[in-house]
Amino acid sequence: MTILSLEHVHLVREGRHILNDLSMDIWQGHVHAIIGPNGAGKSTIANTIMGLTGYRDITGDIRFEGESITNLSVSERAKRGITLVFQEPARFEGLPVMSFVLAGAREKTRAVFDKSLIMVGLDPDKYRSRAVDRTLSGGERKRIELASVYAMQPRLVIMDEPDSGVDIDSIPYIFEVIQELRQSGTTVMLITHSPEVLRQADHAFLVCAGRLVDKGSMQRMYNYFNGRCVPCSHVGCPDRELEEIPAFTNLEMQAGLEAANVRADKEVRNG
Amino acid sequence: MADREIQAVRKELTQEEKDALVRELLNSIHAHHYGPDTAHIEVHGNKVVGTHLVPGLEVTSQELDDGVEVHIRLRSGVQLAQPVHFCFGVIPDHGTQRIISHTVIEKGASAKFMAHCTFPNAVEVTHVMQADIELESGASLDYFERHIHGPEGGVRLEPVTRVHVGEGARFHTEFELIKGNAGTIELDYQAECDADAVVDMMTRIFGRSSDRIHIREAAHLAGERSVGVLTSHIALKDRAEAQIDNEIVADAPWSRGHVDCKEIVQGEAKARAVPIVQVNDHRAHVTHEAAIGSVDSRQLETLMSRGLTEDEATDMIIEGLLS
Repeated sequence: MTILSLEHVHLVREGRHILNDLSMDIWQGHVHAIIGPNGAGKSTIANTIMGLTGYRDITGDIRFEGESITNLSVSERAKRGITLVFQEPARFEGLPVMSFVLAGAREKTRAVFDKSLIMVGLDPDKYRSRAVDRTLSGGERKRIELASVYAMQPRLVIMDEPDSGVDIDSIPYIFEVIQELRQSGTTVMLITHSPEVLRQADHAFLVCAGRLVDKGSMQRMYNYFNGRCVPCSHVGCPDRELEEIPAFTNLEMQAGLEAANVRADKEVRNG
Repeated sequence: MADREIQAVRKELTQEEKDALVRELLNSIHAHHYGPDTAHIEVHGNKVVGTHLVPGLEVTSQELDDGVEVHIRLRSGVQLAQPVHFCFGVIPDHGTQRIISHTVIEKGASAKFMAHCTFPNAVEVTHVMQADIELESGASLDYFERHIHGPEGGVRLEPVTRVHVGEGARFHTEFELIKGNAGTIELDYQAECDADAVVDMMTRIFGRSSDRIHIREAAHLAGERSVGVLTSHIALKDRAEAQIDNEIVADAPWSRGHVDCKEIVQGEAKARAVPIVQVNDHRAHVTHEAAIGSVDSRQLETLMSRGLTEDEATDMIIEGLLS
């Protein structure tokens, strides 16, 4: 069953298609990954689904549980159960970790806070009165972000590069939260170009230059991505990939023919 | 009506009347009683209506026409485990309260003072604080001043403090006005630091409606290795205006200082920050940072993506900044 669908979504900035006729269906209760090279539009998809400033002026439609959310604010989308884990979470001077973690929780209790912190491997007693500020390491901040999502128990969570900027010790906890959320019925979208994160997913969408190139099982897309996208031979130009690169082949043939003609002429002149 | 209320606090009070005023003052700051090992002093208008001292702490007071003059002395080496609570206030909606205080924290003594200034019904109240504080060598004082105002914003505050921080002494002060309308504030704190002294001043104020706030914090790092940190975090909304003039002058070698001004402005509010740093010895080092602007959009969107409305998210961010 589809929980979220993007229908022919276009996002144009300064005449350039950031998202180009993008359509995708996200199935409820699954872990999906959106993969692609840097600049492919992966984070743009996340920000557009969440409706952040600068990502709202789209054409096409975004539907959540069958209803259009295209014109809803960030808060209204969140109230329907959508949330986003930012690649680089914001720091909040003076804001206690407990207030932040429970901000979106239905039950704003110490028990929920404790459970959420334990889930991400942090000691609640040590973090309750600390602030979500620059004194936290990147790994701590990311784990607290995930704890706040866990406390919220959303219907759909989008995680933008969940392993970005974190220490190696934090990664197993991030993966545990992903699986825990899935088991509790939350749909997860992972924005990543990390094979390790991709392996947490059931399905994957490959995007390039704002377009959907392919979709399928995690393993098939992993093989595809590693085999054809790393390194990328057509940065920002997925058309060649989508259309079996015929134009590229013709060009090659034409160039080769021209080179052959030059060689033939040269041979004729030389007798 | 207002004049009658001012007269009422100028007459001699019976013990019952004093007890009632103490209860009313404490209720307004959500405090009800203190333990026997906690010193506390309550001043209403120009009357000291309640006093409880502990060994090593001496307090004498004298009534003035419009307030009280208080002498506070903490004896050498005395380290108070519990904070000393001061409650200054004017319960009627009109009036003036001038507090002149002289504080000496003797050599090696340490204490925490918590001043609660409460004007819950103020329509036209002036509160003037003229304080001088002497910290002898190795002494330590944490001075926390919290203001609780009513919704009318009819308070004019003029806290003026001069501090001498002796060798190796430490002075930390926080001025907080978050609840209720600030009214007009003319805050002026200045500290003089001897060798190895530390001064740390912080103001946290939420200005609303047509509040006018002027903060001046200054530290003179006169002694070697002295340290000064001046921090002002101000949030403004509606038509409130604030000006912050924070200044550190470092004259001594290896002295260190930092000035930090952060202001969040919303609506038609206006803010101006002027951090001044001056170094007169090449071995000293002083830094500053100042930021004025609206609420950070990434912070806002993070909280909104948890389901908070924009207003709720803004309040939470400001609450954090001012906490």
